[in-house]
Amino acid sequence: MRVGLFIPCYVDQFYPGAAQATLELLEKYGMDVVYPLSQTCCGQPMANSGYERYGKASSELFLENFGEFEYIVAPSGSCTLHVKDHVLPKTAEAPKIYELCEFLTDILKVDHVDASFPYKVGFHSSCHGLRGLRLAKCSERMDEEFNKPLSLLSKVKGIEMVELDRKDECCGFGGTFAVAEEAVSVTMGNDRIADHQRNGVEVLTGADMSCLMHMQGLLKRQKSPIKVMHIAEILNGNDVMDREV
Amino acid sequence: MTSKESILAAIKNNKPEASSLPDLLSFPEEDHLIERYEKGLTGNGGKLKVVDTLAEVEAFVKENYSNDQLIASLVDEVKGNVDVHKISDPHDLEHVELAILKGALGVSENGAIWMPEKNIVHRVLPFIAQHLIIVIHEETLLTNMHQAYEKVQVAADGYGVFIAGPSKTADIEQSLVIGAHGPRSLTVFLLKKQG
Amino acid sequence: MKAKTHAEEAAAFIKDDARTHWHDETLWHVRSNRDRSAQGIPEWETLRDTASATKNYVLSHLGELLEQFEANAKANGVEVLWARDDKEHNEHVYRILQENKVSNIVKSKSILTEECGLNHYLEKKGYDVVDTDLGERIIQFAKQTPSHIVLPAIHLKKQDIGEIFHDHIGTKKGASDPNYLTEAARQHLRKKFVEANAAITGVNFGIAETGGFVVCTNEGNADMGTHLADVHIACMGIEKLIPRAADLGVFLRLLARSATGQSITNYSSHFHRPAKGKKLYIILVDNGRTAQLGREDFKNSLKCIRCGACMNTCPIYRRSGGHSYNYTVPGPIGSILSPGRDLKQYSTLPFASTLCGSCSDVCPVKINIHEQLYKWRQVITENTNVDKSKQLSMKVAGMTFGKPVLYDLAGKMARTALKITPKSLVYSSLNVWGKHRDLPEVPKESFKEWFKKNRKQ
Repeated sequence: MRVGLFIPCYVDQFYPGAAQATLELLEKYGMDVVYPLSQTCCGQPMANSGYERYGKASSELFLENFGEFEYIVAPSGSCTLHVKDHVLPKTAEAPKIYELCEFLTDILKVDHVDASFPYKVGFHSSCHGLRGLRLAKCSERMDEEFNKPLSLLSKVKGIEMVELDRKDECCGFGGTFAVAEEAVSVTMGNDRIADHQRNGVEVLTGADMSCLMHMQGLLKRQKSPIKVMHIAEILNGNDVMDREV
Repeated sequence: MTSKESILAAIKNNKPEASSLPDLLSFPEEDHLIERYEKGLTGNGGKLKVVDTLAEVEAFVKENYSNDQLIASLVDEVKGNVDVHKISDPHDLEHVELAILKGALGVSENGAIWMPEKNIVHRVLPFIAQHLIIVIHEETLLTNMHQAYEKVQVAADGYGVFIAGPSKTADIEQSLVIGAHGPRSLTVFLLKKQG
Repeated sequence: MKAKTHAEEAAAFIKDDARTHWHDETLWHVRSNRDRSAQGIPEWETLRDTASATKNYVLSHLGELLEQFEANAKANGVEVLWARDDKEHNEHVYRILQENKVSNIVKSKSILTEECGLNHYLEKKGYDVVDTDLGERIIQFAKQTPSHIVLPAIHLKKQDIGEIFHDHIGTKKGASDPNYLTEAARQHLRKKFVEANAAITGVNFGIAETGGFVVCTNEGNADMGTHLADVHIACMGIEKLIPRAADLGVFLRLLARSATGQSITNYSSHFHRPAKGKKLYIILVDNGRTAQLGREDFKNSLKCIRCGACMNTCPIYRRSGGHSYNYTVPGPIGSILSPGRDLKQYSTLPFASTLCGSCSDVCPVKINIHEQLYKWRQVITENTNVDKSKQLSMKVAGMTFGKPVLYDLAGKMARTALKITPKSLVYSSLNVWGKHRDLPEVPKESFKEWFKKNRKQ
């Protein structure tokens, strides 16, 4: 199966390890992964700031790069949601974009994960993936329980998933919100990481590097020993030591 | 143009596309209605007493209230000392200690009891009394509010109220206080099915 | 003086770290109670779908339903008045009070009357309006505005309330026991109920089919007021209609559970006809609602039943407080209602959000709040005087992301700059991100650079 790999701009620039893990993981499951070199950004930073009209050029470029694919996969819930809602045409023939976890569970229906990760792991349920893409049942709705990222992590050998006090509260990143409402953003982020700390988490993970970048920034400022890794890195079998702290 | 005309004109101008009215909902009836009802009522701060006869209500009142307290009863089997029908000004009910009223039906999901105006005579009576007793019959217990609205004709009386507990508030630091402006207690006597 | 932005108000609120956490925990607790209550209803999502569809119907048939409501209410002996705006609403109330020679007024909770500034208007005319909802009476004494539409005094601690009561109703100095304070309020307000000759209430639901309306309270204060007074004035936003009495089955199952987690408020009072010898008035108020109705992207905000669930769940509201929004209705719903009233004044509210979507998922009538917040942002940047430097940087970003070569270059430059600039400069006071967070480590190459080197055929 041929898939187009879309790597969010900040992952490309600052977290190439997460992108590499995504590529390797998809290849391990037999995907023919194509990475169009002219890709840039999905346009979300402008759009969420109220400037979706300035995102036309990046949307056109995205379609140029990815228009030929049936499946596009991205290691980011928020970028996937933005592309789905605001970039891709909503026709039957248009390409479909998937966040990495939902691609593995829904399209590939993987039944095994070749990874071992003997650590206490806290999962951060990023909002756009959760309530936008419905990667899991959110705590607000009264539906049947399901959780796509956790169903994958549960297949990792030796992993110990930690239950948090607030399952899916927002971390406070929110794009330019992180700077425009810095006080609230930082307080929200610190409350999230305090939840992980209280419950004995050793490694904090999630499907969105943006949330993780924000929480990692706070953890490092506090000189916390908690490590931060993208879910692709854990599923790919990367050890926590592979990552530069 | 009157205000009414101008508002209606603005609505006509700005009306969204028509959408259809959903059908009324209904859900299967539950069993163990008395247990459910008790859970609903106590969750709202009320107390339930399941009785075989109304004489037990009279006995409860005699045991807990004295005759120098004003007791307004609209339940024939329970004697009070205030003739509610003779009162013309509801202000005269200000010092009623206990009101004893008949409920039309009970809703088990939330402990609510429908009190139509004809059951209370003076609308303020279930609120101004310091304590409230309501008598309901087991046969009138329903599962949920959808059933209640099938049975109740809300416009039949000029006023009606679902009472689901005593007066309460949590406005001071979310601490629950029972007995805000209305009754300090609600005791529901549920008369079991006879025979 | 320029109005404070939400960010400025929020930053001021957050300075008191302990109080912020207390406020956050208190409201999270209310959210948790809502969850527990909703979990007990297997058909919860069906109820939400139905309530949402019912309100969609109401909005698309609003004119006919209002006329049906008015006709039925009039046939019940109720006087129905219409008010284009807050000014007209207040004038109607004043005229009714004058006509009926009212001297003492009690009022139960009505966010609409807050919206219209009724108390302030009547006070200027020489009336003393007594708010009888305990939370509202507290803030009335404190000369504050409500910070939450259901829990008006949620921002005050019991010690604060103890002080307020000591100053106004003579409770013991330093007393803060909620039972003691509530008892004192009971005695104080009982006198007011007994003396009142007019009672003003809000309306939770107006029933088009019967011309009646429902008022929901836990305290019983709306009833204590209306049943003792000779005049009852019910103030209602035109959008608060439901088509049939039976629809209350859905809405009364959703309202209290969404608001506080209770299965129902202890009193759900259904008013159809005035009591013998008394007068009942309903004032139907527009005040911007018909304008909002015409906004395709934002009309769904009119489905709101004022439960406050969105405020309880909003992580920003919990950590910035209702007053930081500077609007009658705060939080997520307030942030999509207020720009329709004054785009410039409330322009920072739709940005006081991470678009997490929690609000939309707790809303009992399924208003797409987070999507409307996003849409208001587009309207605001196009129609108000925005920060020119931000606008320019967004335009440049848009252009850069449209050209792969530019993007690659900009990325490389940013990484290089970060790598070579001394930390003291990087984390200067200009770096807002860096105030309390570290920036990410700079990797030795971007993913694209790595891919080109190692994988490109």
